Amino acid sequence: MSDAPPVATRGLVKRYGEIVAVDGVDLTVEAGDIFGYLGPNGAGKTTSLRMMLGLIRPSEGSVRLFGRDPLEEGAKALEGVAGFVEAPRFYPYLSGRKNLRLLADYDDGDSRARIEEMLELVELRDRAKDRVGGYSHGMRQRLGIAASLLRRPRLLLLDEPTTGLDPAGMRDMRQLVRRLAGEGITVLLSSHLLGEVEDLCNRVAIIRRGGIVYEGALEQLLATAASGYRLRATEPERARLLALSQPGIDDVALEGPELVFKADEDSLAGLSIALGQARIGITALGSATASLEELFLVLTGGESSDHDREAVVA
Amino acid sequence: MTAVAKIYRWEIAKLLAQKRTYLGIVSAALVPVIFVVVLVLQTGGPNEVPLGRYIRDTGLAVPFVVLFFMSIWGLPLITALVAGDIVASESHNGTLKTILTRSRQRGEVFAGKVLASITYTLAIVFAMGLVGLVAGGIAWGFHPLTSLSGTKVSTGHGLGLLAASLAIYAFPLVGIAAFGLMLSTITRNSAASVVGTLMWALLMQLLGVLPGTESFRPYLLGTQFDAWHGFLRTPADWVPVVRALWVCALYIAVPLFVAYTVFLRRDVAGD
Repeated sequence: MSDAPPVATRGLVKRYGEIVAVDGVDLTVEAGDIFGYLGPNGAGKTTSLRMMLGLIRPSEGSVRLFGRDPLEEGAKALEGVAGFVEAPRFYPYLSGRKNLRLLADYDDGDSRARIEEMLELVELRDRAKDRVGGYSHGMRQRLGIAASLLRRPRLLLLDEPTTGLDPAGMRDMRQLVRRLAGEGITVLLSSHLLGEVEDLCNRVAIIRRGGIVYEGALEQLLATAASGYRLRATEPERARLLALSQPGIDDVALEGPELVFKADEDSLAGLSIALGQARIGITALGSATASLEELFLVLTGGESSDHDREAVVA
Repeated sequence: MTAVAKIYRWEIAKLLAQKRTYLGIVSAALVPVIFVVVLVLQTGGPNEVPLGRYIRDTGLAVPFVVLFFMSIWGLPLITALVAGDIVASESHNGTLKTILTRSRQRGEVFAGKVLASITYTLAIVFAMGLVGLVAGGIAWGFHPLTSLSGTKVSTGHGLGLLAASLAIYAFPLVGIAAFGLMLSTITRNSAASVVGTLMWALLMQLLGVLPGTESFRPYLLGTQFDAWHGFLRTPADWVPVVRALWVCALYIAVPLFVAYTVFLRRDVAGD
């Protein structure tokens, strides 16, 4: 049981009538991962997370959390698992502390004893006696984290945890996620913020129209998309003309002061020697790697992410 | 404390933190007070209803008479306010997904909600009975009660009969609560569930007075609101009481079974 991955989905499908919200999702989140789950708006991220938490029944396929099936074992399968789907929701007419007490009583174990510690951790102790109905969005997000951590989870599922937070709140939330991961908690987070995923996650899955188009290490994804080199020279135009004449140097273009091209290592060495013989100085040379955002757009066929959509709205 | 007991305790705490709960209980308690005040201020009385003609003889008669009037739509509405809301509001507010991602099984959560709905139903019946008793006692004192058979019943015995009557009266009301809970689970819509439950209760009452319904009238839910009459006869008539017990058991069990099945299998998405 302990060797089983925190999350393993196989052929996960969810249909609503003729609409296929999730279409054959295979995901494996390994222990210790901070796993980013990315996709355009409506791609099926939240539906996937709901199935993982046993809130909705898959039409086909299976979910295993540490080897347990939430459909067969119900709440027992959620042992060591916590998180929230969409925004965390609480009883608005109860105080923050009472909400946590309620949820602690819905848990096994020592959740109740950890309430004050968790309130302190998310910096809500001063407002704990106030009704949640009067909390800001950010405070509710933090209370959601506190409610999740009460359970001493080994796996945290977080759906857009920084959505709606101000920049400081986003920074704090990311620091918290990093800290929790550092304590050995596996984190699966869906996010519409590509920068956030790039910053936090070691592995990612990209979902498009219900299906996974990439799953693997973030580094590997970025590396496979390495598109060539960027070079700064003392005489860019002469450098460009020289590059065009060199064997093995392709797709040469001048982007501002930078020369961009594709080449294998031998051709690159040949170019640098040629530039030196032509007395053209090299001031900078680096690999040109596509950003996660560019990769995301390629992998999702250019569909806008929530982020893009928000940016347009803004 | 068992898991269900913990959930039940929190369901009660949630009810106590909501205005609609107090609105229901206060309404149930206010009706007998208003009823007594009106009767004190005027000379006529509800002579056509059971025990109505004796209402000024003893305050003990007041809760019995109020039972009759409140069974038509008052108590069904107050019951529906909570039973129709108890699952639907959690679906609507998203808190259902919060509690269903903890360590409790869905069946335990459902059981807690059923017990809380029944508790509320009993609370409104006994609040109404108690307040009616006190208001009637203040207005006309506690004197022996004249039973439906015309015999005199001592005050102490009358109080016992009142307790038994309230208890059997609560059964059809729990049947209404069960129906409300079923609608609440299926529709996930508080307003639709409250209105639907009230319509169901009114339909039961309507069928009970329509001509041609005599053959199945004894098995209608609305008819069971009169089962307490059996206690007020000398000797006690147990036929309506026993029938109310098993008929109400069916009216309670069937919707609860349906609701339970739906609750266990339903998708909890963004309702």
